[in-house]
Amino acid sequence: MPAAAPGKCRSEAAPGAAPPLMSVRGLGIRFKTSLGVWQATRKIDFDIAPGERVGIVGESGCGKTITGLSILRLLPVNLAGLDGSILFDGTDLVSCSARAMRAIRGRRIAMIFQEPMSALDPVFTVGHQIAETMRVHTGVGKEEARAKTLDMLRRVGIASPERRIDDYPHQLSGGMRQRVMIAAALICGPQLLIADEPTTALDVTVQAQILELLRELSETSNTALMLITHDLGVVAETCTRMITMYAGEVIEDAPVDDALVRPLHPYTSGLLRSLPHLSPRHGRLPSIPGRVPSIVDMPNGCRFRARCTHATQGCEAEQELLDAGGGRKVRCWRFRELDLPGALQHDASAPIAAMAGTP
Amino acid sequence: MPLAPDITQDTIVSVRDLEVRFQTSDRRATVKAVDGVNFDVRRGETFGIIGESGSGKTTIGRALVFLLKPSAGAIRHEGIDPLALPRKRFQSHRRDYQIIFQDPNAALNPRMTILSSVLEPLELARAGTGAERERQAREALDRVGLPQDVGERYPHQLSGGQKQRVVIARALTLKPKLIVCDEVVAALDMSIRGDVLNLFADLQRELGLTYVFITHDLAVVSHISERIAVMYLGRFVELGPTERVSEHPLHPYTQALLSAEPRPLPSSLREDSRIMLQGEIPSPIDPPSGCRFRTRCPYARPLCAEKTPDWRELQPDHWVACHFAEHRDFAPN
Repeated sequence: MPAAAPGKCRSEAAPGAAPPLMSVRGLGIRFKTSLGVWQATRKIDFDIAPGERVGIVGESGCGKTITGLSILRLLPVNLAGLDGSILFDGTDLVSCSARAMRAIRGRRIAMIFQEPMSALDPVFTVGHQIAETMRVHTGVGKEEARAKTLDMLRRVGIASPERRIDDYPHQLSGGMRQRVMIAAALICGPQLLIADEPTTALDVTVQAQILELLRELSETSNTALMLITHDLGVVAETCTRMITMYAGEVIEDAPVDDALVRPLHPYTSGLLRSLPHLSPRHGRLPSIPGRVPSIVDMPNGCRFRARCTHATQGCEAEQELLDAGGGRKVRCWRFRELDLPGALQHDASAPIAAMAGTP
Repeated sequence: MPLAPDITQDTIVSVRDLEVRFQTSDRRATVKAVDGVNFDVRRGETFGIIGESGSGKTTIGRALVFLLKPSAGAIRHEGIDPLALPRKRFQSHRRDYQIIFQDPNAALNPRMTILSSVLEPLELARAGTGAERERQAREALDRVGLPQDVGERYPHQLSGGQKQRVVIARALTLKPKLIVCDEVVAALDMSIRGDVLNLFADLQRELGLTYVFITHDLAVVSHISERIAVMYLGRFVELGPTERVSEHPLHPYTQALLSAEPRPLPSSLREDSRIMLQGEIPSPIDPPSGCRFRTRCPYARPLCAEKTPDWRELQPDHWVACHFAEHRDFAPN
């Protein structure tokens, strides 16, 4: 599917790299609450290149979902302020008008969510809902929209789409509903698809189908994918780059294989090591002590330092996202001296699970 | 390490030909959520049950602690039939067999403090004096790693992981023999999940608990369980020691499940030979004839539609329900 508008990009690009489709700089979101203004995220910097598949990982409350929503400016009413910039194909999404935003949202940037049932309207057929997106954005006629919808349903792997197009959401299984959501998101040929935990509600055999579909659609249509998930396995299988978030900040940004094999931030390493896949059976799972700091009481300096086994003097200083070379960035000033374990034992080609006696 | 199953070989729960049927809301059809399941749980072990949504794994869990009455078949707790006990004895018997659910929000009363929630089972059991009960409840909260002041707080003031710990603490107060854990870590974050799984292992070692661990998460179940049963559409398709099931699965569904699991490994170490299943689990209202997996099975043959595969012990302690489990060397369809 051709991209809607192959526009030029005005943002500054890393030398040698393809100019990014989207460039997020210094993004921060603040909320008003009865207890004052809370900073949910801050200093979020990352780029997404055309056709790139980027995984945003982190635990609940780290700000990954709200970052996805802020790109589409789908923010709750108690928003106190959005800082920084989101340069998408030359337009700053933070400061552009609501009208300009509407022209982008759904057409050039689309989003799918975890729970397709709550995103689909139960009283309209799925065909109507997909075609509506297209008609609103492109003004095509009913006939054409229906034909395109049928085509799209076929592309997302729905068997006998001529029958399914007039089904209501409740008549479809969970996996089919998510396919319908993907069809609705891609019907206008967006340049970027934001998928927020798209397979979390699905069974593992269906999850495999949907991830395969997202990867294939992204490859064939050159649609960039921003996959928000808590599941490092999903990122490993689907994405080319992994951005790790912690307590409202980006703490690591690296090609996915590099991040898995040799993470540079102690939190990324800790997350990988806590996965049951990578520990010997029945052994103790390495865990990260303590818990995520509360949004109302963020520590100064490194926000992970209270839980970090490598914390030392100097970590109380404000941490910047440092360039680690090789397309990698990390928010840890000690990254050069730390040698952190990832999904593999160092100097070994087998996963840790295959080894005995891992602490 | 949990107790090795050979030290305490005796059976704590035995399940024979278990069936649980439900009526659909219009009363026109019957759903066999569990349809003829056989297994034993050994004392001190962790018995994992894995299956996708709609497989009937939660129904089995509820039946094991008699939150649901079996429609047919038998469940014995240490050889006795709890349903044959007089009411009072049945009630005290149940204290030994607890269940923990996925969603701690639904399990905790939002208007009760954490301490009173944890105290409630002790009060119902009239165990000791009020002061003793409170001490026990606070001990239980401490044991699951919660801070001192948590007892005076309300559920909404706690994180998801903390709430799940409260629910675990509450299940522990009556010193059960067995706990059915139904998706107990599914709602928790990755770093907390490891902690809670470690907690389960510690408690098992300290208290000699037996777990029936029900989950859809293969990594979790194979980490914590000694034995794993794989469930599909109301029936077990495979049951065996964790190592056997996860490394040498006999049933094509188990193979597909294992291969569908997203692994956090770099591309160079991932196997390409993924078995991609078509479609989704059929409706249990009208399950396929014969082998229930045949509609999605890459190896299905005409016999699979005609005859229900027997549940047989193909290798010692390793059971499977597949006509072709021992010679599946032909190519997929």
